[in-house]
Amino acid sequence: MRSTLRNLSFRALRVWQRDADVYFTTWKTEFLPPLLEPILYVLAFGLGLGQLIHHVVYNGHALGYLEFMAPGIVAVAIMFWSFFESTFASYVRMYYQKTFDAILATPLLVEDVILGELLWATSKAMIAATIMLGVLGALGLVAWPTGLWVVPIAFFGGLLFSAIGLLFTSMVKTISQFNVPMFTIIMPMFTFGGTFFPIDILPRWALAVAWCLPLTHVAFLTRSAILGDASPHLWVSAVYVVAASLALAAVALARMKRRLVP
Amino acid sequence: MNGLPNEPAIAARDLCKAYSGVDAVRGVSFDVAPGEVVGFLGPNGAGKTTTVRMISCFLPPTSGSATVYGVDVRSRPRDVKRMLGICPQEDNLDPDFDVLKNLLAYGRYFGIPGREIRARAERLLDFVQLGDRKKSAVQELSGGMKRRLVLARALLNEPRVLILDEPTTGLDPQARHAIWTRLRGLRATGVTVLLTTHYMEEAAQLCDRVIVVDHGRVLMDGSPASLVEREVGHTVVEAWNYEPTFAAFLGSLPGRLEEVGDRLYFYPAAGDHVERLLDERFPGQERLIRRATLEDVFLKLTGRALRD
Repeated sequence: MRSTLRNLSFRALRVWQRDADVYFTTWKTEFLPPLLEPILYVLAFGLGLGQLIHHVVYNGHALGYLEFMAPGIVAVAIMFWSFFESTFASYVRMYYQKTFDAILATPLLVEDVILGELLWATSKAMIAATIMLGVLGALGLVAWPTGLWVVPIAFFGGLLFSAIGLLFTSMVKTISQFNVPMFTIIMPMFTFGGTFFPIDILPRWALAVAWCLPLTHVAFLTRSAILGDASPHLWVSAVYVVAASLALAAVALARMKRRLVP
Repeated sequence: MNGLPNEPAIAARDLCKAYSGVDAVRGVSFDVAPGEVVGFLGPNGAGKTTTVRMISCFLPPTSGSATVYGVDVRSRPRDVKRMLGICPQEDNLDPDFDVLKNLLAYGRYFGIPGREIRARAERLLDFVQLGDRKKSAVQELSGGMKRRLVLARALLNEPRVLILDEPTTGLDPQARHAIWTRLRGLRATGVTVLLTTHYMEEAAQLCDRVIVVDHGRVLMDGSPASLVEREVGHTVVEAWNYEPTFAAFLGSLPGRLEEVGDRLYFYPAAGDHVERLLDERFPGQERLIRRATLEDVFLKLTGRALRD
């Protein structure tokens, strides 16, 4: 593990740059989902579900459902974009395209490749979150300037979920095995991670489980930033997300190295 | 730069690699002199690729050591890889980039300045006759074109040592000869080459020296001509539709006799008189008398049993 950390270098940015180049050559189609997703959600929830649920009680005060839900979809985007990138997309590059092999014939080391992949998956979460923040801002759903906190939150949240993703990339034997973490970890977080309803209404045991999930903390931070809502417990979630992201990134690095260097 | 005047370009000492319970390489030692073109020959699973991948810093050796111009592969992999140009066995061009961008992106990994990469890329694409395919998608290229692009990519960092892992496997004869022509052109520039192949003709065409490996060990090391001379001699007699008396006659001559299926191979110790003898004694016998080749050496050393 120590040698793994010592081998990390700025050269990882070359790998990041490779992935970014591919992304930005097709940016018109790549930008579409994060642009349209919030608009669709706002339309569906604003015109549809919002008619049934006029407001929710969050953090001790009543809030329009749309205002409550909008930050949740940003948190979900941070999770989905980084997780998908470091699982399916990284796996395709590693296994089918042999991109890692090609890079390893140059002065870059395995550590550079893995860190570059982690940083790129993190960047995708940041790009998506930033675009969505802009869209929600244009719709008048963001409190400024606290809303800008979403960018660093997306960095650490993105790193956290890309590390989880890469951890599974280091383990799976076939690409379809990603369905296991997808439906046992990611989907439960999507549904129970404080995205679509305030988790306070859950029974005690379920509430305790919900607070263990990374997305709950990322959603809590994101919502506080977008609503401009300072809560005394924010630091707990901030520490959780930063610490978990760094620790999981280190574990993902070590596990991926073991997979790539037999 | 690195190294002493008479230092080998590649020095492998007792290289071993065991993985997933298999001893793939079991104590391989050899030197490659600067400017030498060396072929690494062996059947599938002999340990060629594993050895080459240890020298290229892809796989850490289980034991033993390897250096490139005196630089250790284990302690200074970045410096070793800076000196190497690697043509892998599997095509790993970047399908997300076009032909030119493949080279530009690759050059960045070496930290070559952008303008310099571009100039080298243009020159190398001309060298491998892909100058008019710069904007083509990698998927549109034929197998031969892909191989040539991989070769151009391996030359981008102006390597001192070129490592080619089965550079022409799966190519048609035209594409194979096109690669050979370019490799012979490179020889003149003084670059050191280590190539693996199981095409004996390829080794005979390109290599100053061949190293035959099997079961993870070096069996033989020498120039193609000297190996042929030493191992099988000058001449080979192949015969078919023969009577036992014919086989018995050959068996009585000095040399080595081998029966494979319906064919008889005879490697005479002194080849000069064989043809005249056979003409006299067995005039109607269907047979072929030809020069011994590296393939005969290879089959003698590694046997005829199927691998895979």
